[in-house]
Amino acid sequence: MSNLAVLPILLPLLAGIIVAFFNTKLTAVRLFSRIVAILNLVVVLYIGWDVYQNGTIILETGGWKAPYGIVLVADMLAMLLIITTNIIAVACVFFASKSLSDRKETYYFYTFFFLLITGVSGAFLTGDLFNLFVFFEVLLMASYALIVLGGEKVQLRESLKYVLLNLFSSMLFVTVISFLYSVVGTVNMAQVAERVQEVEQKGILTTIGILLFFVFATKAAVFPLYYWLPKSYIVPNPVVSALFGALLTKVGIYSILRTFTIIFHHEVDITHQLFLWLAAFTMLFGVIGSLSTHNIKLIVAYNIIPAVGFMLMGIALFTETSVAGTVYYLIHDMIVKGALFLLVGAIAILAGTSDLRKMNGLIHHYPVIGWLFFIASITLAGIPPFSGFIGKILLMQGGLEKDQYAVVIIGLLTSLLILFSMIRIFIQGFWGEKDETFTPDKKGARGFTWPIAFLVFFSIYLGVGAETVYPIVEEISKSLLDPSQYIESVLKE
Amino acid sequence: MEMITSLLAGILFATGVYNLLQKQLLRIVIGTALISHGAHLFILTMGKLKRGNPPIIVEGVENYVDPLPQALILTSIVISFGVTSFLLVLAYRAAKTNDTDNMDELRGNENE
Repeated sequence: MSNLAVLPILLPLLAGIIVAFFNTKLTAVRLFSRIVAILNLVVVLYIGWDVYQNGTIILETGGWKAPYGIVLVADMLAMLLIITTNIIAVACVFFASKSLSDRKETYYFYTFFFLLITGVSGAFLTGDLFNLFVFFEVLLMASYALIVLGGEKVQLRESLKYVLLNLFSSMLFVTVISFLYSVVGTVNMAQVAERVQEVEQKGILTTIGILLFFVFATKAAVFPLYYWLPKSYIVPNPVVSALFGALLTKVGIYSILRTFTIIFHHEVDITHQLFLWLAAFTMLFGVIGSLSTHNIKLIVAYNIIPAVGFMLMGIALFTETSVAGTVYYLIHDMIVKGALFLLVGAIAILAGTSDLRKMNGLIHHYPVIGWLFFIASITLAGIPPFSGFIGKILLMQGGLEKDQYAVVIIGLLTSLLILFSMIRIFIQGFWGEKDETFTPDKKGARGFTWPIAFLVFFSIYLGVGAETVYPIVEEISKSLLDPSQYIESVLKE
Repeated sequence: MEMITSLLAGILFATGVYNLLQKQLLRIVIGTALISHGAHLFILTMGKLKRGNPPIIVEGVENYVDPLPQALILTSIVISFGVTSFLLVLAYRAAKTNDTDNMDELRGNENE
């Protein structure tokens, strides 16, 4: 049943193509997209269950044996992230018709939406470096189209920078792959890992590793390469921002996690030490950015950056606890960022402004959204018993195991500042006198509430139900730190 | 031969980056195109330039060319073709809507 592994890529791809032909029949397209999104979630849950029971599924596409053809590797990490991706996709597909104008929807929103999911799932599944580049391009192409959807002045201006930067880093990615190919003579990740191990990662390979890190760090928005992120993430529609904020940077982090646990893990003193300090700076500068503005969308967009810092810190510390922390934080952050972007998008639509100084007393009009926002904020900041806490405590534990007190202190300080930046929205926007002249749009608010509540539910579950999720994460962390497991399962030696 | 193509790839990268750092939008687009050409040439060079038979297993023939770099380049060319055409349209629309193709004037809030 190894063909199962291709379904998370195939289903959204087919759905996207079918939807493209019926773009003007909105009611049918909406219904179809929702059904496919839910179906896809059910399918990936089933595959995830299968992988959990029977071990990694390897699909050799076209029947070509592992090092020669492209392999799809559905291991627990990939499946866990794909399940999370599809949970977000379901929430977004239900949110989309509420926040997008009909015109934008007919301009192939659902097609690009499904192609984005295809690209993200493919990037998680692939076991081939060049194929990873291809799936990066698939998701980037979809994201280019989504970011300019609507074609407003500010959108065009910001998306131009987004496209240029990603184009540059993609070209660099190709160059790095060709470097790697000339040194180890393969692009299959398992075989690259094996050959790097044989020569104990000599100087040139470490250089290639750092170059590869630079490429992924640009996509993941690591300090000092995050400057493109905040402004370009706030210009598209809220549902597009939610998809970007939840998925795109996480693909970059996932790639760093994969390559630097499986392939480049022999020179930890050089590479991972560098990551540790970049992680600390990423946290600090990201959160400073989020404190510097009154635009609620920009505050949430800046909060992506410290989260990337936390995940990178786990990779840098390179212990079992800290890598487990990274994986936990990864799924937590995908869900909570999706929820928060949808929330601030909904708030901006409902309040008619995204400027914090012009908002007041919204909780009297929209109590449910207010409390959902409160829960999402404290989840993000990592207050127990919510999910951010579990990820952070593992990361901090990992830091203390390795005696990296400075980074741990920076991490804790950052958490505090994240809490401050988020609660500021809650206090200034939701508290205060009731504005009697303001006429609330109760019906619109109800439409926004359900998809967000769906995401917040999973976010709470990740915290309260950590007992059920943590064993899986622990197993993933163990398998990541033991690359021979991955190599053997792919190359079947 | 590898030396010459590597140098050429280097020159393409350098001119590409130089163009990327210009203010005019069209120059930037040309810069990205040059960089992608550099990258493609580089893949070809890294896969070793040699003469040989097509990579089909025939008895008695030992000297094969490596098909992988060619496959990689082909994929990469198609992708960069798509992205460049998208970028040209985007640059055109952005220049039209914002009434300028100068990156300095497309900077941010202060120019809104």
